[in-house]
Amino acid sequence: MEAATARKIRVVVAKPGLDGHDRGAKIIARALRDAGMEVIYTGLHQTPEQIAETVIQEDADAVGLSILSGAHMTLVPRVVALLKEQGVDDVLVTVGGTIPADDIPELKQLGVAEVFTPGAGTDEIVEFIRAGAAERHERGE
Amino acid sequence: MAAEPGSKPEFKQREGEFTTISGREIEPLYTEADLAPELEQRVGEPGEYPFTRGPYPSMYRGRLWTMRQFAGFGTARETNQRFHYLLDHGQTGLSTAFDMPTLMGYDSDHARSLGEVGREGVAVDSLDDMEQLFAGIPLGGVTTSMTINAPAAILLAYYVLVGESQGVAPEQLGGTIQTDILKEYIAQKEWCFPIEPALRLVTDMIEWCSRKMPRWHPVSISGYHIREAGSTAQQELAFTLKDGFTYVERALERGLDVDDFAPRLSFFFNAHVDFFEEIAKYRAARRIWAREMRDTYGAKREESMRLRFHAQTAGVSLTAQQPLNNIVRTSLEALAAVLGGTQSLHTNSYDEALALPTEEAVRVALRTQQIIATETGVTNTADPLGGSWFVEKLTDEMEAAAYGYFARIDELGGMVEAIRRNFPQREIADASFTYQQELNERRRIVVGVNDFTQDDEEPTPILKIDPALEREQVERLRATRARRDGAAVEAALAELKRAAAGAGNLMEPIVAAARARASEGEMIAAMQEVFGTYTESPVF
Repeated sequence: MEAATARKIRVVVAKPGLDGHDRGAKIIARALRDAGMEVIYTGLHQTPEQIAETVIQEDADAVGLSILSGAHMTLVPRVVALLKEQGVDDVLVTVGGTIPADDIPELKQLGVAEVFTPGAGTDEIVEFIRAGAAERHERGE
Repeated sequence: MAAEPGSKPEFKQREGEFTTISGREIEPLYTEADLAPELEQRVGEPGEYPFTRGPYPSMYRGRLWTMRQFAGFGTARETNQRFHYLLDHGQTGLSTAFDMPTLMGYDSDHARSLGEVGREGVAVDSLDDMEQLFAGIPLGGVTTSMTINAPAAILLAYYVLVGESQGVAPEQLGGTIQTDILKEYIAQKEWCFPIEPALRLVTDMIEWCSRKMPRWHPVSISGYHIREAGSTAQQELAFTLKDGFTYVERALERGLDVDDFAPRLSFFFNAHVDFFEEIAKYRAARRIWAREMRDTYGAKREESMRLRFHAQTAGVSLTAQQPLNNIVRTSLEALAAVLGGTQSLHTNSYDEALALPTEEAVRVALRTQQIIATETGVTNTADPLGGSWFVEKLTDEMEAAAYGYFARIDELGGMVEAIRRNFPQREIADASFTYQQELNERRRIVVGVNDFTQDDEEPTPILKIDPALEREQVERLRATRARRDGAAVEAALAELKRAAAGAGNLMEPIVAAARARASEGEMIAAMQEVFGTYTESPVF
């Protein structure tokens, strides 16, 4: 429906924890913006609480968590849990970073829709978020 | 068929662009005609101003580069074991990686440290950890590099105190501490304080070391991280040198004599995969530094003009796909660093796209250096590529590009102001986005990623950090706090705060607090009460 898809997809790109590697997050933020989405980049050193609050305040359709510090199995579950606690469980959650293959099944079980590891193409990521967010729009309308 | 001097051969070219990874177009052929006049003056000889060909006349004939593998994970015990492993396998210097909490000034039991302890490096909270980190390693017999910036003064204090406990005086300690805070605001993003107090600490360390630690490098002026964040080689060169000039200026403003501190300034560059561009970068760096130190900053001693550097092969060039290919990349990058005259080298392990290195992988990385040193013959002569028309032309172009950036930064009011205005950060973001677009469009190929891919790869075994180590480290910290004289720590922290609010050198108060077993987090928090903290306004 034209009217439903006229609203821009809103994506929060977030850097949880102490990790300062922001090259990938910034590239994704820019690629999403170039693809016509509304992007809120949180900047570095965000606590899970801060990220959840941003997602809610910004009425985001999707949140991309970028993490290359090895702390993902502590921080990602915390973000997902906080979103759920606050009744926001229809947000598309994706993770990008240096995530070992062994950790991916557990993250997906928690509700992470997809994990993008080194070498993932930006087009692939943009399309995944676009498709996932559009799907949620349709379900919600 | 003899061509006219200077004319370019004509032929059908393959599809695609012929540019360096930084986007510089490369000619099909370089000849003598490509070089500007007076090459000899620009090039000189190794060990002679302007040091284009190397800082020393003998280069590797006199002494090989230090083989110095970056290492650290878990608690001090795990990292001490890895230090011994690397030394036993022939590395010739130590290099310490700290975990994110330590790098950011948080103790292991801080709320923000949860899940992060020991993951990206070793957890060091107090002098007790530092003692265990160097257990069985006589500090008088090895040089150590420590990659830490905002809290650098604290870790230097810990190192000096460990030396003291071993009977090694500060003046006998050799090594390097990174300390380069400007590149943190630009690229590595590990900060504790606003820019000005952070710069004050850098100058304090330069001043203190110039008096007490003649063998120590108090700063490692770095381009590695700037490059990893996505900059071009030209930006890496320009921003690194400009950061260096800024530290020189601050030290001169403090009243130090340039020849008293400049000889102990050191550098750290990336060794990326575009082979000749890197070699040209190192040669240009030496020439620019020498000229500016002599002509702009008034250095009289050759030691003050001589740029010496550590290099690390490019982490960003490693792929998670077909990881054994990374051995090839690392080897070629290491060779570029050696042909460029590096004094110290870290080679990445093939499994590092996804995790810290396993023992097996880091052994291969170390062997890579040993093979280059012993089997290839490239160490037989200094600056083997000197006089190459291509390399000399690239060196000249790299130098010109750097001066172009210096002018732009000066127009903005200098490097500190440029950082406040997000200039280097924006350049880096743009360059990294351009590179990604090139990959997306397959105008640039990365084997295994956007060409020569493989669908059915077996996963590579990687190093896992045991989560129990975090619990253990927190207990260690609690034990340190229980053992120490709490009143002495309180007094030392109060004195540190008082000193921070004044203009005096902070090294002595930091050493005193460290000696009393104040933790890193406690010292940083005390200083933050005076200095404040820092939040960036990011651009993408």
